[in-house]
Amino acid sequence: MDVLYFAWVRERIGLPKERIETRARTVAELVEELRAKEERYAAAFADVSALRVAIDQELAEFDAPIEGAREVAFFPPMTGG
Amino acid sequence: MTRVSVQTDAFDAGAELNAFTVRAAGAGAVVSFSGLVRDVDGGLRHMEIEHYPGMTGRAIEEMVETAIDRFALTEAMVIHRHGRLAPGESIMMVATAAPHRADAFAAAEYLMDYLKSRAPFWKKEVTDRGEAWVESKDADEDALSRW
Repeated sequence: MDVLYFAWVRERIGLPKERIETRARTVAELVEELRAKEERYAAAFADVSALRVAIDQELAEFDAPIEGAREVAFFPPMTGG
Repeated sequence: MTRVSVQTDAFDAGAELNAFTVRAAGAGAVVSFSGLVRDVDGGLRHMEIEHYPGMTGRAIEEMVETAIDRFALTEAMVIHRHGRLAPGESIMMVATAAPHRADAFAAAEYLMDYLKSRAPFWKKEVTDRGEAWVESKDADEDALSRW
């Protein structure tokens, strides 16, 4: 699946998008896998309460299933308007 | 009946409002709001607005559809810019039209509250002292609970 990062999450990880092969069943499991990859991921995902997630471009919760998802995006709380 | 635009280009808020008012003829009430880049602490060089291209347009369209149903709007418009914006430039604009002003005002506030916390935009301020992402406020999230 494609994993996308926006705003300071993108800056901390150092890339906007990557393709990841995962067996994670939920967003939370995907986060655990990403944290274990490298320090920059651990830093970006240190506090998930500061993050939001979208599955296939719809806002979701961290315990949501990701089976069959094409795209998961992580970002800080939005600051539009 | 609706116009949603996510764009980098500057827009003419006056011209947009005039065109909206023509489309809304017969509505009885038109309310509009424009948000401008504001230099809060001094030293702001520019603002950079990032967004999630695959999600932004549809997320805003869903908000607008909900607002139309909920407040019986006859017309609604949202323009939101991304990219680099100078102090004083218009960031975004909302316009609503309804038979009565209470609905037009409420719908504009509803759209503003949702755009702030549920449309995938992120603002970064570039100042003389460096750059920083604008943090969301608890008050913005709390504002959604009134709807």
